[in-house]
Amino acid sequence: MRAFAELLDRLSLTASRNAKLTLVRDYLRATPDPDRGWALAALTGELTFDAAKPAFIRKAVEARMDGQLFAWSYDYVGDLAETVSLVWPARPGANREPALNEVIEALRTASRAEVQRLIEGWLDALPTPRERWALLKLMTGALRVGMTARLAKRAAAEMGGVEAAEVEELWHALHPPYEDLFAWLEGRSERPSADNPARFRPVMLAQALDEAVDFARLDPSDYTAEWKWDGIRVQLAHEGGQRRLYTRTGDDISRAFPDVLEALADEGVVDGELLVVRDGALAPFADLQQRLNRKTVDAKMLETFPAAIRAYDLLHEGDEDLRPLPFAERRRRLEAFLARQPGARLDISPLQPFGTWAELAALRADPPEGDARLAEGVMLKRRDSPYEAGRPKGPWFKWKRDPFTVDAVLMYAQRGHGKRSSFYSDYTFGVWTRDDAGQRALTPVGKAYFGFTDEELKGIDKFVRDNTVERFGPVRSVRAEPHRGLVFEVAFEGLQRSARHKSGVAMRFPRISRIRWDKPPGEADDLEALERLLAQIERR
Amino acid sequence: MIRPQDLLCPRPEGLYCPPGDFYVDPARPVDRAVVTHGHSDHARAGHGAVLATPETLDIMAERYGQGFAAQVQAAPYGEPAERDGVEVTLVPAGHVLGSAQAVVRWKGLTIVVSGDYKRRRDPTCPPFEPVPCDVFISEATFGLPVFRHPDDREEIARLLRSVAQFPERSHIVGAYALGKAQRIIRLLREAGWDRTIHIHGALERLNALYERRGVDLGPLAPATTAKKADFAGAVVIAPPSALQDRWSRRFPDPVGAFASGWMQIRARARQRGVELPLVISDHADWDELTATVDEIRPGELWITHGREEALARWAQLHGITARALALVGYDDEGED
Repeated sequence: MRAFAELLDRLSLTASRNAKLTLVRDYLRATPDPDRGWALAALTGELTFDAAKPAFIRKAVEARMDGQLFAWSYDYVGDLAETVSLVWPARPGANREPALNEVIEALRTASRAEVQRLIEGWLDALPTPRERWALLKLMTGALRVGMTARLAKRAAAEMGGVEAAEVEELWHALHPPYEDLFAWLEGRSERPSADNPARFRPVMLAQALDEAVDFARLDPSDYTAEWKWDGIRVQLAHEGGQRRLYTRTGDDISRAFPDVLEALADEGVVDGELLVVRDGALAPFADLQQRLNRKTVDAKMLETFPAAIRAYDLLHEGDEDLRPLPFAERRRRLEAFLARQPGARLDISPLQPFGTWAELAALRADPPEGDARLAEGVMLKRRDSPYEAGRPKGPWFKWKRDPFTVDAVLMYAQRGHGKRSSFYSDYTFGVWTRDDAGQRALTPVGKAYFGFTDEELKGIDKFVRDNTVERFGPVRSVRAEPHRGLVFEVAFEGLQRSARHKSGVAMRFPRISRIRWDKPPGEADDLEALERLLAQIERR
Repeated sequence: MIRPQDLLCPRPEGLYCPPGDFYVDPARPVDRAVVTHGHSDHARAGHGAVLATPETLDIMAERYGQGFAAQVQAAPYGEPAERDGVEVTLVPAGHVLGSAQAVVRWKGLTIVVSGDYKRRRDPTCPPFEPVPCDVFISEATFGLPVFRHPDDREEIARLLRSVAQFPERSHIVGAYALGKAQRIIRLLREAGWDRTIHIHGALERLNALYERRGVDLGPLAPATTAKKADFAGAVVIAPPSALQDRWSRRFPDPVGAFASGWMQIRARARQRGVELPLVISDHADWDELTATVDEIRPGELWITHGREEALARWAQLHGITARALALVGYDDEGED
């Protein structure tokens, strides 16, 4: 437990990706099976326990110490697991620290009542707050130490000197604590078999295009262009009679999309965008969200929000792995393959011919009528590019359309969590409208909590503290008058009607793009401007 | 019948003794002062007369120049001095070199002003000595049950593990210039680190003073003369403010470490961008504060600065009368 606790502690405070890789790789090298495997499972988010709930921890600690002293402590620290790990009044008697392996086995198998008794015992036995914190993080399943599953797998690959894609590809055939994986990585055994049918293949991703640099050095004739559809990237696999649908991170979402699974009649693996397509036309992202939020689906949902896949690429056809082939060749195979699939739930993302970068820019800025109006931008793919896992530099680019922006006025600020726990970092902003009495007044249109630097955060935080009008728990309302207040330029990706917001509109992916210290709130945008924008989007 | 507040009472300048006409650790210039230790929120320049341990006087002279007070009187540990019939004895507080508790006795009444203190071993100063008393005046910098300082040797071991794990990077340890920096260096030496330790210029004079006072710091070098690559694998000690300063850019991909009791709280470490928090404090943690009060069992507990309400509540729950003095001028959010 000690080494695992130190690892989590270091990861949670380390920003550099390389340093994180070093920390995990060294841990995996130095730690024996099965502990390291369980740690890797925790870092990749493969572990969930439902027997232990955080609320019981609070009860347990309050039974052992003065409630007022605990309340002051919790108030000071701000995080329940951390507070408990620090104040835990250990009862003497425990004399053996539990091993990570032991903790995980018990969490997986014990009943709720047993787990509570065990956790109290472990908290007594663990010698420092760092280990108690790690235990509580593990128990609640949310490590939140700034580690993605992808990065953890890469660290495992580095440990064995193999490509990250090899570990990614195997991943779905592996189960914690991954003793077969480590045996292979350490050269003690053969590569574990990944031959389970319809497994996930690691996805190839595109780099963002840098207009200033890339156009000058890239030859347009080397590239094809297609729309970047506004859904979610998926992989549809049909092999050995099994059909599976995966997100780009390998989550299996087959059960929620039976309509899409059936679309693939022949065996193969298709890379594409998952969308809601109604009467042949693309529906807004919000419609897809209706489907994504569910684990399973009923007949009514299938009818109201019919899903489809717009294919980008073909990774396998029958037994043949097409990934080493150039994109142009895969594309020809994809066209032929799709022509043989019946039904309308699977179509192809059409290539958009262009001669020069200027022509492509014009197309991107003013897409033709129809589905293209809903695209997020364009994708560029090198004609000779093989399908490589990860985000290789050069072969694929995404060139997103410029976001929408609006000038809005800061209305409420809420204290953040974690590293921002002492700052007002979550902002509700509004635009001008007329209230019932016909007076010009602000109405909230969204919330954003990123898009600014730490330095800017300090400035906004000071503004909030200096201009507080009222406090409601962690929320402060701030001065927002025509001549006094703070204007944000808010960027967002889309706009839709919303019954939940009083203003009637909701933004997609809003973030602060600029802080307009210079702009008087009276000159911020009106709700009408957003409504016009909404009408434009809906006409598309 | 004498009441404790006849002997010591809070005033805007600090804690005042009317019969002896002196202040303990006054925040403003006064005629007569007793100074418990050399940290700048306790030891200020410009008093008429100062009574302190020889080490503390040395530190004040180093920081403020020889003329920091019109008159000085050195009171070695355990040797009583007298101020208008009031006896003042300085006994070790275990905080930093020269740090003392002021034991104030008058007409059968004993009040101990602890100053800042800790109960753990510190290789740079003698340990805290508990003195039976009617009133114990305690600090409460870390007076919340969340502050439980770990073993400092384990913290140093973590630092050295990180140095071994990242040999291409340098490790900059933020440490308060008086006391903490020298303690970290000594702890590194005890852990077997015998390589040269690089030092920020702001620490040089106090390091030299500690060495003159018999604390062996081993090979030190300024952190200014070498090329960037020479600092790979180096341990550098600097004032905490230097961690985020331009100064630290001269080092290769530095790991920011900060040795402070505040580093127990993760949000504090994150706010400062500290990658390797070292929970090493020169103040008593919650367990030391409560154990000290329990051991001394004073008639009354007065609390000077820090998180007074929690320690006061603890004392009351344990049958000890407690009172927060609400003194101004002490740094309870300081660098520790």
